Amino acid sequence: MCRLLTADHRLYHQTEPWRHPEGGCTAIFRCNVNGAASFAKQSSRGFVLRLTAATMASTEIARQAGEGARGVPLSGHVGFDSMPDQLVNKSVNHGFCFNILCVGETGLGKSTLMDTLFNTKFEGEPTQHNQPGVTLKSNTYELQESNVRLKLTVVNTVGFGDQINKEDSYKSIVEFIDAQFEAYLQEELKIKRTLHSYHDTRIHACLYFIAPTGHSLKSLDLVTMKKLDSKVNIIPIIAKSDAISKSELAKFKIKITSELVSNGVQIYQFPTDDESVAEINSTMNSHLPFAVVGSTEEVKIGNKMVKARQYPWGTVQVENETHCDFVKLREMLIRVNMEDLREQTHTRHYELYRRCKLEEMGFKDTDPDSKPFSLQETYEAKRNEFMGELQKKEEEMRQMFVQRVKEKEAELKEAEKELHEKFDRLKKLHQDEKKKLEEKKKSLDDEVNTFKQKKTAAELLQNQAQQAGGSTTLKRDKERKN
Amino acid sequence: STDSFSSELPAPEELLEKAGGPMLDFSYVGIDAILEQMRRKAMKQGFELNIMVVGQSGLGKSTLMNTLFKSKVSRKSVLATAQEKIPKTVEIKSISHDIEEKGVRMKLTVIDTPGFGDQINNENCWQPIMKFINDQYEAYLQEEININRKKRIPDSRVHCCIYFIPPTGHCLRPLDVEFMRRLSKVVNIVPVIAKADTLTLEERDFFKKKIREELRANGIDVYPQKEFDEDAEDRMINEKIREMIPFAVVGSDQEYQVNGRRLLGRKTKWGTIEVENIAHCEFAYLRDLLIRTHMQNIKDITSSIHYEMYRVRRLNENNTMVAHANGIPEHHLTAHEM
Repeated sequence: MCRLLTADHRLYHQTEPWRHPEGGCTAIFRCNVNGAASFAKQSSRGFVLRLTAATMASTEIARQAGEGARGVPLSGHVGFDSMPDQLVNKSVNHGFCFNILCVGETGLGKSTLMDTLFNTKFEGEPTQHNQPGVTLKSNTYELQESNVRLKLTVVNTVGFGDQINKEDSYKSIVEFIDAQFEAYLQEELKIKRTLHSYHDTRIHACLYFIAPTGHSLKSLDLVTMKKLDSKVNIIPIIAKSDAISKSELAKFKIKITSELVSNGVQIYQFPTDDESVAEINSTMNSHLPFAVVGSTEEVKIGNKMVKARQYPWGTVQVENETHCDFVKLREMLIRVNMEDLREQTHTRHYELYRRCKLEEMGFKDTDPDSKPFSLQETYEAKRNEFMGELQKKEEEMRQMFVQRVKEKEAELKEAEKELHEKFDRLKKLHQDEKKKLEEKKKSLDDEVNTFKQKKTAAELLQNQAQQAGGSTTLKRDKERKN
Repeated sequence: STDSFSSELPAPEELLEKAGGPMLDFSYVGIDAILEQMRRKAMKQGFELNIMVVGQSGLGKSTLMNTLFKSKVSRKSVLATAQEKIPKTVEIKSISHDIEEKGVRMKLTVIDTPGFGDQINNENCWQPIMKFINDQYEAYLQEEININRKKRIPDSRVHCCIYFIPPTGHCLRPLDVEFMRRLSKVVNIVPVIAKADTLTLEERDFFKKKIREELRANGIDVYPQKEFDEDAEDRMINEKIREMIPFAVVGSDQEYQVNGRRLLGRKTKWGTIEVENIAHCEFAYLRDLLIRTHMQNIKDITSSIHYEMYRVRRLNENNTMVAHANGIPEHHLTAHEM
């Protein structure tokens, strides 16, 4: 049913469907201001209103109230009212994903609460708490309910609050959240990207577990939440709230809320702009932080098995709204606002991250000419520059390596050459010596020969002398000898 | 909804089976409430649809648009000028409407292309159309690339282009082939046989078969494109549609009395053609395809395939320029892109 606005801003509401007599559409409208009924007819100039009263008829031109585009009435069923169904069907085929981050000190029942919320046992045994700093452990599960498939990722902070010096505790959490944004940003900036099948790991909701001291928030809590409130939707909850009495709980909640407000911590507000959920959401907003109790054990109450914690003095029923706010948490987190949490993450927190990151990298929106790709091109160019540098470094190293090899090779060649030379010298030395020796030998041989000749000659002479007058010589020789 | 969970308990065995194992306990968590949340959000945001109509003048484009959306959405109806002169070149004229049905609001933009195919020399008459389509992609890309960008980027991209084939009964004309060949690469084309009431059923079937053959022979992929079928179920549904296109349509925004009912039709001396009667013409199939079943799919293909292809082309174009400026050989650019 459309609404018409006259030039002097009187609003007319359609009170019956359009009718089609020959020559156009007509219907009756009623004025908001004075209740007057008017016949309206659609024409090429817009809508023409005509007072129906028996009194004199006056006409005026009215246009449809709405932004910009002209509104036209439909004369029959077109069928695009199936669009929400088409959209929902597509999402069902795709599946959904939801990522929850649980921040809180060790022992506050984070894992148990997740088990209770999603009605299943997520992990086999409790996590090991033996790492020095705060680590984030993330697990993904596939859940299904009727035809809805949900990829649920639960991220736990292990060791949060365990350190002696907790100044840096929040850092690993912030880094983790930023890393998920970065991964999405990278994908979004890629040239060939597949956003519709991308597994979104960005944190949609952060459940902050407050210890049930009953007094006030710890400074660690305030510091951490302040660091996280611009990055993620924070839903603060009071853990193990069965440790606090009802009256103390009310005071505790008030104290917490006022501390959050006075420190300027922005926690997630359940949205109140859609009439169908505005009321319940605003009621729930006033119940924050939710005081929860988690349990996967079942106790028989009456003739039903319910999730509860059994004490000697009574049983705390998890799903009993007078005992704790678990049902409220489940209602808000899952059944009413899951989609809004996802949307806020994408349109607010992620956009903020993206804007800051890009501005950090030196991009500006101001120059329209170089803009198209001032983003893409410089991002890619920077990347390529980096790649280019890497390449250059690689080349350099390779060159250096080659150089060293060459040098070594040259060294070795030198050494080889020297060896050869040495060898040659020695060889020559030997040859020389050999030659000398041979010469010596030869000369010795010559001497020996000469000596032999002389000896033979001498012996011959002797024989001749003996034969000639040999005894005198012999006597003379004998005398001489004596 | 905030009803107690016990009212919606499915049979435990069902849940078990669906979960593929003992993961779920037999209680209701409420995950499926996200469907209702999505629906609410969609109703609040409304939808956008941009349809372009292309064809020679006199083929009933305006009338068909009015028939499809059961109201005077075409530019002619709205800007009823005395005489529409055929422009000398192809002009692109769009007009937007806010329409609502059962609480679902839609911004419908009808883009008209007067002058297409009306000249003696129609060479390159697709260019202004191509340019318009690319300009819309460019506008979207510009907005997407901004540092400070809008929450919802206004979508002016052409989701669907209805191409009107004159009912000659023989085969596609060179202009038809040329246009569809070029544009099927950048936009979803839905070809229709206009003014199909001049063809008998046999002539119609023959014509359709001939057209399908020619489309195949020229490698023209019209909507629904085979390569974008998501799964077996999709393929089955889409095959049935592919065997029927192009739809032979008749448009009318006049109602006549037929058998005691008021129906949209065309009255002639030899009978009244009922537009929404599938025995008379295939308008109902076209309407069902475009609006009732495949509207979301048409928009998805535009955004995740046609637009992405445009984006890749555009970014690569720029990269080559940048690369040459930085002295980086081209193959390094694609190295990390896989």
